[in-house]
Amino acid sequence: MMMHLPTFPILVPLVAGAILLLLERRQSTSVLRVGAWISMAAQVAVAVALVGAASGGEIIAYLVGDWPSRLGITLVVDRLSALMVLTTTLLAVPCLLHASAGWDKRALHFHALFQLQLAGLNGSFMTGDLFNLFVFFEVMLIASYGLLLSGALGPRIAAGLHYVVFNIAASTLFLIALGLLYGMLGTLNMAEMAVRVAETAPEDVAMVKAAAGLLLVVFCAKAALLPLYIWLPETYSRAPAAVAALFTIMTKVGLYAVLRVYTLVFGSLAGPLADFAWDALVAAGAVTLVVAAIGVVGATRLRAAVAYLVMLSAGTLFIAFALANADAISGGLYYLAHSVFVTAALFLIADLVQRQRGSMGDHLLPIAPPTRSASGMMYAIAAVSVAGLPPLSGFIGKFVVLDAVPAADTAWIWAAILGGSLLAIIGLSRTGTRLFWRVEAIGDAKPPPSPRPIEVGATVLLLAYGVAMTIGAGPILRYTDATARQVLDPGSYIQQVQDTQPQIREPSP
Amino acid sequence: MEFALATAIGVLTGGGVYLLLRARTFDVILGLTLLSYATNLLIFSAGRLVVGKPPVLLDGVEATLANHADPLPQALVLTAIVIAFAMTAVAVVVAMRNHADLRSDHVDADEPSENQR
Repeated sequence: MMMHLPTFPILVPLVAGAILLLLERRQSTSVLRVGAWISMAAQVAVAVALVGAASGGEIIAYLVGDWPSRLGITLVVDRLSALMVLTTTLLAVPCLLHASAGWDKRALHFHALFQLQLAGLNGSFMTGDLFNLFVFFEVMLIASYGLLLSGALGPRIAAGLHYVVFNIAASTLFLIALGLLYGMLGTLNMAEMAVRVAETAPEDVAMVKAAAGLLLVVFCAKAALLPLYIWLPETYSRAPAAVAALFTIMTKVGLYAVLRVYTLVFGSLAGPLADFAWDALVAAGAVTLVVAAIGVVGATRLRAAVAYLVMLSAGTLFIAFALANADAISGGLYYLAHSVFVTAALFLIADLVQRQRGSMGDHLLPIAPPTRSASGMMYAIAAVSVAGLPPLSGFIGKFVVLDAVPAADTAWIWAAILGGSLLAIIGLSRTGTRLFWRVEAIGDAKPPPSPRPIEVGATVLLLAYGVAMTIGAGPILRYTDATARQVLDPGSYIQQVQDTQPQIREPSP
Repeated sequence: MEFALATAIGVLTGGGVYLLLRARTFDVILGLTLLSYATNLLIFSAGRLVVGKPPVLLDGVEATLANHADPLPQALVLTAIVIAFAMTAVAVVVAMRNHADLRSDHVDADEPSENQR
C-alpha cells in the first residue's frame, strides 16, 4: 500500500471527482459536501504522509505501469514536490470550507471540478515527465475554466474568454517546445533529458536552447511574468471568492515548473546550456515586481489590488529562484507558501467586504456605510503579512531572500524588493482607509448583514496558517533549506530515477 | 517531403497567428484550431519522417529505429489532438455565452465605435 503512495495525491481527487460527478444528478448538495470533505481529509493525510516520506531526503521514483523510467511515465516524490502538494492541500481546505457556505449550490458541478483541479495541481507537482506535466497542466486548466465560468454572467464571461484563449495559446506553445525537444533529445523524461542535454552535439546546442527558451516562455506565462501577466488581474478579480483563493496556487505552478525544469534539465549539469535562464529571469522578475506594486497602488477595486499582490509575489519569487543559490531558493519556497495563503485570505476578505457594502461592491471610490469591524481586523492582519512587515510570515520570507542576494546585485535587487514593498504598503493602507475608515455616518441606515460564520472561519483558518508559519518558521526553514540543497543537486535525482527498475516486468533490451 | 511538411506547418502557423490576433471570437477560435493542427504536425515530425516502416515491433525484424517508425510522437500527437479538441469545444462554448450574454462577438465584448475603428 505504502509502495503506491506517490499515486494517491492524483488518484484520490481524480476518483472523488468522478464519483461526485455521478452523484450530483440524484443527490442533494449536502451529500456532495460529505463526499468532498471525505476526499479532502484523505488528501490531507496523503500530503502529510508524502512530506514524512520525503523529509528524510529520500527521492522516491514511482514507475507508472512498471515501465522502465526512460520509456514510461515516472512520478517522483522529493522534498520540493511533497512541499508543493502539502501547500496545495492546505490551501484547498479553507477554499472548500468557504464554498460550502453556499457558493457550491449556485455553481454547477462545483465539487467535481474542484477535485479535478486538485488532481491536476498535485499531478503537475509529482510528475517526472515533461509531456505528462503538459497533460496535468491541461487537467488543471480545464477544471479551472469550469470553476471560473460556472454561474458566470457578463464581465466574468468576457474575462473568462481572455483567460481561456490565452491559456490555449500558451498550451500550444508548450506543445511546440515539447515537439522540438523530443526531436532534438529523443526523450521527454526529465531525468533522461538532463543526461542528454549535457551530451548535446555543438551544432545542436542553439536549437535545444531555442526550444528550452520557448518552454520558459510558457512557464512564465502561467506564472504571470511581465509582459505575459495581462490576463491575470482581470481574471482573478472576476473569479468567485473561493475559486480566486484556489487560483493563487495556479501561478505558483508555473514557478514550480521553472524551478524544477531549469535546475534539473538545464541546471548545473547541463554542460553548454547550464543555468542559461537565470540572468534574464532576475531582471524580468524585478520589473514584474515593480509593475505589480504600481498596480496595487493604482487599483480601484480591492480584488484588483489583491490580484496585483499575487503578481507581486510571483515577481519576488522569480528573483528568489533565479538567484539560484540555496539560501535564496529556501527563502523563496517559504515565501511561496506564505504568499499563497495570505493572498487567498485577502480574496476571501474582499468577498466579505463586498457583501457587506451591497451595491458598492469592493470599489474604493464610493463612500459606503461602515462594515463590520471583524473584516477590518482580518484585513489589517493580512495586509501586514502580505506587505512583508514584521512580525508575520511575509517578513521572514522576504528577509531570508534579501539576506541571500549576492553582494554584486544587492543594490538594485534590494531597491526593487523593498521599493515594491513600500508601494504595496502605500496601496494597502490607502485601500484599507477607504474601505474601513472613510465611511458615512451610520444614521438610521440598517447595519450591514452579518457575514456567514463558515466564511469567516475559512478566512481565519488561512490567516492562522500564516501565524503558524511565523511561529514554526524554524522547522519550516530547515525543511526548505534541505529542499533547496536537494533541488540544486540534480545528480542524485537523475541517479535515483535511473536506478529505479521495474519490479515485475522483465528489463527490456 | 521534409520541405512540403515544413511549408505546411509554417503556413498553418502563420494563418493561425493572424487569425488569433483578430478581434472576433470566431476568428480567434479558427486561429487556435489552425495552430493546433500545425503543432500536431510538428510533434509528428519530431519522430523523423520515414516511409513504409511500422511503429510496432515485428517478429524477425531487429528492434531499432532503422527498421521502425518512432511510435512515441504518434502517441503524443494522439493526446495532443484529444486535448486540442476539448479545448476548442470549451472555447466555442465560452464564446457563445459571451455572445448571448453581452450581445457582441468582439473579444472584449465591447464594440469599438465608428470613429475609433
